[in-house]
Amino acid sequence: MTRTLLSTALLATSLALAACGTPPRDLDLTLRHPSAQGRYVVQMEPPAAAPAINQMHAWQIRLNRADGTPVRGARFAVDGGMPQHGHGLPTRPQVTQELADGTYLMEGMKFSMTGWWEIKLAIQAAEGADSVVFNTVVEAPGARR
Amino acid sequence: MKPQRLAGATLGLALASAFSLLTGFTWADAWSAQDKAVLASLSLDRLPPAPRDPSNAVDADPAAAALGKRLFADTRFSRNQSVSCATCHAADRQFQDGLPVGKGVGSGSRRTMPIAGAAHGPWFFWDGRKDSLWSQALGPLEDAVEHGSNRTRIAALLMANYRSEYEALFGAMPDLAGLPADAGPNGTVAERGAWQSMPAHRRHEVNRVFANLGKAIAAYERTLHLGESRFDRYARAVVAGDAAGQALLSAAEVRGLRLFIGPGQCATCHSGPLFTDQHFHNTGVPPRDAARPDSGRAAATARVEHDEFNCLGAYSDAPKSACQELRFMVSGDAASLGAFKTPGLRNAAQRAPYMHAGQFANLDEVIAHYVASPAAALGHSELAHDGSGSAHRQAIRLSAAQARDLAAFLHTLSGPIAETMRSD
Repeated sequence: MTRTLLSTALLATSLALAACGTPPRDLDLTLRHPSAQGRYVVQMEPPAAAPAINQMHAWQIRLNRADGTPVRGARFAVDGGMPQHGHGLPTRPQVTQELADGTYLMEGMKFSMTGWWEIKLAIQAAEGADSVVFNTVVEAPGARR
Repeated sequence: MKPQRLAGATLGLALASAFSLLTGFTWADAWSAQDKAVLASLSLDRLPPAPRDPSNAVDADPAAAALGKRLFADTRFSRNQSVSCATCHAADRQFQDGLPVGKGVGSGSRRTMPIAGAAHGPWFFWDGRKDSLWSQALGPLEDAVEHGSNRTRIAALLMANYRSEYEALFGAMPDLAGLPADAGPNGTVAERGAWQSMPAHRRHEVNRVFANLGKAIAAYERTLHLGESRFDRYARAVVAGDAAGQALLSAAEVRGLRLFIGPGQCATCHSGPLFTDQHFHNTGVPPRDAARPDSGRAAATARVEHDEFNCLGAYSDAPKSACQELRFMVSGDAASLGAFKTPGLRNAAQRAPYMHAGQFANLDEVIAHYVASPAAALGHSELAHDGSGSAHRQAIRLSAAQARDLAAFLHTLSGPIAETMRSD
């Protein structure tokens, strides 16, 4: 009995180890989400060509109200990291400008390794504060959409 | 129970042999598609040319590299006339010194870092307190225990010995007449006083000469490239499905490679063709001096931010838009306390002792550290250990035999260092 339990534990451990570098199967990789409290709809646009590992690059963020009208003059705080490795982003990305109505430039993005990354945005605009989280899986040599 | 387990093991071996017969591969060399992708990602073939340094206009200039090579070996730039860059970064020793901590005119507190391939990273020194190769090269020159020199003395030496080469690259030398012989902002009390007594515009002129000297040295350092290792040839054979080529690694080395990219979790940080993520991590390496643990990256971000020789400074050739690493640098992060740069592992087997202050004498001690996973003296170790394992991270568990295999694999990463100008 003890031995069976032990083997089960060992099996579980090896499965967990195998799963260590693999993103969860049910990960939501869509890049258009309503914000946590539903104030906004946020769409993330990565660069057209997938960036290399450790290559600095920029994303665009489209911020709309639920009715689809663009939200101007918003401010963002960017955070994120790798939940499976317990570390944050290797850089501190910033939204540096509003390119067009409701379209913002997020500079200073970099992924230092392949795997599952979270990108978290805290949004501050006239309609109120809200937040949103996106997942992306970076595969060598670049990011999968 | 015992006979059953034996029978299980025999069945496993039989299956393995059957597989080998069917595929023509030995069991050790059967790599999954996912593993092959990882091996390819570690190959030197995948290393892009080093990015141009926008803050150094001469970083790919052969004349600058030629001048830099002479400056690199010139002992006159040290206080005691006997220390050059090459003293600690010796070409016949992987551009390092084999000592636990560097020894210039005095004794340092960290391990001398190798130079080949350094141009690929955004941060320099163990703590990343410099953001370019040229700015890095300036640090030791006026460090009290390395060269121990100062800015006006260095500028005068350049003028006296390298004027024509300097002026061909950087334009006319400023007039240095009447300046104090020994003055600099990081020197002795007398040198700092002399520096402060100089008019601002003359300090600026000397700073520019000093910065340009760093830019020439950086151009030379950029010509030092890591060459192909046995691992690279093996990985190419695996990817190409060339069974004969896979004989390049022994069974033990292949087992070590599997551990490196698998349960050893080494490739988590030692990733990419240089076997480094170019980032900073706290792995609980014990400090050299327990009474004064080294805070590593945590103390470095403010330094590089305020460094007059950084990418955004007056002596940089880069537009602000090109200084993204500095502008978007992580600072004030708790994880940076006690964190040090992930060292690249190419040729590491030839570069004992290990870690940021030479704490471990050999690779066996390094591997034993990751298995033991002690708590950090300062900050928090990122390594999981028994009891702390999350759903996502597991402690590194290796048997003594596995540790030997892993060390054997690390020896396959050695290759030549070549000095070549590349039109990168």
